[in-house]
Amino acid sequence: MSARIELRTAPHVKSPRTVETIMRTVVLSLLPICLFFIYQYGISAAASILVVTGACLVAERASTRAGGQSGDIGDWSATITGLLLALSLPPGFPLWMGAIAGLVAIFLGKSIFGGLGRNVFNPALVGRAFVQAAFPTAIASYTPSFLPGRFGEFIPSSLALPFMQPPATDAWVKAMQIDAIASATPLSQFKFEGVVAGFDQLLTSLGGHLAVGPSPLLILACGLFLAYRRYLDWRIPVAVLGSAVVLGWALHAFDPVRFADPGFVLLSGGLMLGAIYMATDMATSPVTPKGALLYGALIGVLTVVIRDFSGLPEGVMYAILIANAAAPLIERVTQPTPFGRGPSSKVRRATYPLTPSYISREEHHAVVPEKGSFKPKVNQ
Amino acid sequence: MSLDKAKNLDEFMEGIWRQNPVFVMALGMCPTLAVTVSAINALSMGVATTFVLVCSCLLVSLLRKVVPKEVRIATYIVIIATFVTVVDYAIQAISLTLYEALGAFIQLIVVNCVILGRAEAHSSKVPPLPAMINAAGMGVGFTIGLLALGTVREIFGNGTLFGISLFGESFQPWVIMVLPPGGFFVLGGWLMFFAWWAKRKEGSKAVPAEGHQHA
Amino acid sequence: MNAPATPPSAPATPTVPMIRTLGLVAALCGLIIVGAYQGSLSAVQENKRIALERAVFKVLPTAKSIGEYFATGNGVTVASGETPAGAIRFYAGYDEKGQLAGIAAEGAAKGYSDFVRILFAWVPDCQCVTGFGLVASRETPGIGDKILVDKDFLANFKALEVRLNEDMSALANEVKTVKHGTKTAPWQIDAISGATITSRAVGKGINDASQALLPRIAGHLDFIRNKP
Repeated sequence: MSARIELRTAPHVKSPRTVETIMRTVVLSLLPICLFFIYQYGISAAASILVVTGACLVAERASTRAGGQSGDIGDWSATITGLLLALSLPPGFPLWMGAIAGLVAIFLGKSIFGGLGRNVFNPALVGRAFVQAAFPTAIASYTPSFLPGRFGEFIPSSLALPFMQPPATDAWVKAMQIDAIASATPLSQFKFEGVVAGFDQLLTSLGGHLAVGPSPLLILACGLFLAYRRYLDWRIPVAVLGSAVVLGWALHAFDPVRFADPGFVLLSGGLMLGAIYMATDMATSPVTPKGALLYGALIGVLTVVIRDFSGLPEGVMYAILIANAAAPLIERVTQPTPFGRGPSSKVRRATYPLTPSYISREEHHAVVPEKGSFKPKVNQ
Repeated sequence: MSLDKAKNLDEFMEGIWRQNPVFVMALGMCPTLAVTVSAINALSMGVATTFVLVCSCLLVSLLRKVVPKEVRIATYIVIIATFVTVVDYAIQAISLTLYEALGAFIQLIVVNCVILGRAEAHSSKVPPLPAMINAAGMGVGFTIGLLALGTVREIFGNGTLFGISLFGESFQPWVIMVLPPGGFFVLGGWLMFFAWWAKRKEGSKAVPAEGHQHA
Repeated sequence: MNAPATPPSAPATPTVPMIRTLGLVAALCGLIIVGAYQGSLSAVQENKRIALERAVFKVLPTAKSIGEYFATGNGVTVASGETPAGAIRFYAGYDEKGQLAGIAAEGAAKGYSDFVRILFAWVPDCQCVTGFGLVASRETPGIGDKILVDKDFLANFKALEVRLNEDMSALANEVKTVKHGTKTAPWQIDAISGATITSRAVGKGINDASQALLPRIAGHLDFIRNKP
């Protein structure tokens, strides 16, 4: 075996953490949430997760084949997009619409921008925003969780033929003959009927037949695992949830009837999933510590504002998309001061040139020429 | 004579393909995005614009020797505005429903850069016949562009084409397609398709040339 | 002034030819426009009349002909030309025998994305609103436009009570849109669940327009009953 000499630039010490390991760990941490989702809604949820993720993988494969893309399906990032997208859709969302959401998420949310790491917006949310605008009725039709026979029977709307309207699920749910059934999410119930769901019910998603996603407690636990392993920046979820709670609390104190209590704000809708898994997407969130806090706070505030002051019951998706767009700007204004410069210094960028000659002088312990000693050399 | 014909055909084809106002020059995007929610709207808008384009270019070309260059833009605008007003009345007389569907965009034909661009860049320099042929080509090219958007948006957004139902009652309309974002998505899709096509054509031309070099 | 040197060009055109050319072009264009206007006038007016009649006949199915009126602070006059300031334009529909079938007026209120403009029919005999049609709306297709097809919602307008109070100065009961399934009084509108905002806009449009229009015409119904 001949020794090989590798010539490459720094860094030479690499951590074993690659894009693949990060993404694979995130997928693993999402699995319990997906299982709980399937436990809540049965085979419809399972089919939805499979179809949406499958569509994402197909789109990713097609666009990496077409060239000009970074990444491939092997890096698991499209899988994450698919799983998150499926979790953010109603369980009975027609499968063909789910497939379209998946294709749009990857093509429009990721490939157009150049693939992994270059997308401006969270691909899963781009896909969801598209189907929200395209099929507003279907995406607002939730079914109650924990229905009997959910493992043997599809929710009728799931199996709508491609390009055809899904059948209404109201009659199907009524035929179940269960008391206290709500086919609206707690958020729409609050928005349109003024009903506030119970705190503990929301926390575990277990009580009654709430039309909700997986338990916020479970998502939080998975998020803590990721944060502990440093796979996500803890500042972002903390800032999202913190700002939402603070603003929710202030509004609730101002008018308890019109605005929900902070606990409801925190646990309802997709806030928990959005804060922990979607807002923390590495490509679309700021890297600076201050920027992460600012970005998170923007999401939390926008979520509460959209929920309380617009016609929509839920605002996490648009809040994150808007904050994604603002992320590069946030990054610019929160650049940390380079070491050695006073905090009052207005200069936000390293200003010394990183020219190869400069570096080589340092490396060779060359005597740095003194100021003003640069003179045009004259050939002797 | 045949040379003339070939030249005329070339003038006509310029607007349809090489200099297509929508897909190549990206001019007149305002009506392109706004009125293409259905194929019939797109077609009417295209026909109206073509009419204004041909009439204005004819008149500009006829007057090209008498209009002093200092006041030429004012003259062109007056001429274009005249024909837009004529079209406005004509559409009102034909169908009020159509008039309401197209809305302010009929009047806005007057600021469509395709028309002023043609008047300034082409018809003011050539005799009436080629000016008209070129304008007609541009108009047809513009109409094709609008129709390309309008048909896609109507099929997805409404399940119909020219008002005829294609998929039956239970078709699920894609609401986004008749909303403004749909216009941008479809336009982007078409631009991507034509860019890809142009690249492929270039590639197929380049490859044999390369092979020849190596041989 | 420090103007950049202009490149040598053709000698500037004298003023008089410029004015002459512009005048010539303007006169030519003027001729074309006036010709087009004159040529299309009758067809345009006919179209407008047909469109108006169609809209009114849709909300007042028994009507066979219409009359246009203005309601001002001092009374009701037969409409001619543009609506003067402060006046409200409304239409009266007459059936085959020339009897007043009902009154149609426009109402508007803020909906989900823009103003929802509706034309509603008010029948003096029952003092109720019996139907409405959409003039213009930009509500979300598939949600907001359910107001025209939702059977439960349209059932509100079989006889929605819009009655004037004793001294005919305002409505006895405000027309109000209530949440789906909570309608208790004949002057309430049961909203479509999922399209509450658009439903509310319809109710508010009817309420606001009736509040403004009905007190003005209440004393002049006999004048309106006589077909012009």
